[in-house]
Amino acid sequence: MVLKLINEVNPHPETIEDLPEAPISMPKIGSTGKTGNWRTFIPIIDYDNCINCKLCWLYCPEGSIFIRESDDFPEIDYDYCKGCGVCAQVCPKKCIDMKRAGIELEG
Amino acid sequence: MLGETKIMTADYAVAYSIMASRTDVVAAYPITPQTVIVEIVAKLYESGQWNGKYIRVESEHSAMAASIGASATGARAFTATASQGLAYMYEMIHWASNSRLPIVMANVNRALAPAWNIHVDQTDSMAMRDNGWIQYYVTSAQEAYDTIIQAFKVAEDERVYLPAMVNLDAFILSHTAFPVHLLDPEEVDPYLPPYEPKHWKLDPDHPVSLGNIVFPDFYMEFRYKMEEAMNRAREVIREASRDFSKRFGRYYGDLVEEYKMDGAKLSLVTQGTVAAEAKDAIDELREEGYNVGLTRIRVFRPFPEEEIRNLASKVDSIVTLDRATAFGARPAANLEVRAALYDCEKRPMVKGYMAGLGGRDITIKDIKEMIKKAYAEMESGEQKQDFEWFGIKRR
Repeated sequence: MVLKLINEVNPHPETIEDLPEAPISMPKIGSTGKTGNWRTFIPIIDYDNCINCKLCWLYCPEGSIFIRESDDFPEIDYDYCKGCGVCAQVCPKKCIDMKRAGIELEG
Repeated sequence: MLGETKIMTADYAVAYSIMASRTDVVAAYPITPQTVIVEIVAKLYESGQWNGKYIRVESEHSAMAASIGASATGARAFTATASQGLAYMYEMIHWASNSRLPIVMANVNRALAPAWNIHVDQTDSMAMRDNGWIQYYVTSAQEAYDTIIQAFKVAEDERVYLPAMVNLDAFILSHTAFPVHLLDPEEVDPYLPPYEPKHWKLDPDHPVSLGNIVFPDFYMEFRYKMEEAMNRAREVIREASRDFSKRFGRYYGDLVEEYKMDGAKLSLVTQGTVAAEAKDAIDELREEGYNVGLTRIRVFRPFPEEEIRNLASKVDSIVTLDRATAFGARPAANLEVRAALYDCEKRPMVKGYMAGLGGRDITIKDIKEMIKKAYAEMESGEQKQDFEWFGIKRR
């Protein structure tokens, strides 16, 4: 019997033979699709008041806030941000606004 | 003291097995009658005799969770519990087996409350018989010690990758002293080499995640893989028992142990220490002229279907003895022995007994009485009652 090594797992299984022994998965961006459309509220950072403390980046439970290479400030990845509002709560300057997500904001 | 024979209880023997098996991690929470195992593991760690990692946890649920975490990194992980503790662990029991991690756990069979009771019955582990764990039931401190080493070998085999539970009866084993021969880890090394997971492990150089969602399109296939692994485990268990016997000179049977089955017309089928007691009953009955033998179920999962079917051609009657409740249905051994026999051309009479719950003694006299009753029914060809609770005190 041949057991599949973790690096041989088929990313597009069709039958049982394509599956690993245990339900493991390889790291991949958005393996269940872009989840940003789950949100009801959208966080907007007011960069004029942001002091770049990075608490929002630290606290984001989804890892959807990254640090911009251009100016080292936090930026929200709207493809995966689910709008939980933790960033707005922890912001010491209260400069993250949770806006009701709508057609205009979401495009 | 390794390599020597010492007098010790089964709890001590179980704790010492982590040295022979070179277990890397133990995470356990104390509960009577398993407490001594945890105490001795702590002692072996503190004194530097065992140099694994010992994780103190706040509950049995956490004990299994920590064992899962350790095993997932490729460490050899061991834990121990009993009764209420095993029940509290229930959610994590599935996480261990569904993750295909070869954790070995000693479970000291103890009755469940209320009524509060710390004595033997097997309701705790029998409730866990369909959760993807291999289940051994042992009859002596030496067998408990040796079976833990065998269980690691079976669980870590790449044909299996399933966790294993070694069940030992409360007090009758856990707190009773026996001579136990302790193996030197160096003798055990060729039998049980270090665990090298080939299916998956948590490794920062090759990151994977476990526990992600699998939708209805593939969930069932993952469970079927466990079914195949459990069926393959039968042969792996046989190999592990025989290899152990060849190297260390001790053999307890494969999935079942047979005793005085030559020419037997009736076989008692049971599991745990009552099967050891039954050997004396069989000896006395043989002397009295009864053609009887014993088939001890040593491995309840995977179930020894073939071995039970082979019995059908040899005997005219089977007596099952369960020490675990099943309300409104037949208890495990009776149910599964009867189910295994269904397809046999010649079906022996099967008489089931429920006995010994909450630590009530099952004496040689009791076992003889049960067998004699079935023997008479076999000879007359007429079965009056095919299942009964033995020894209920009535007015």
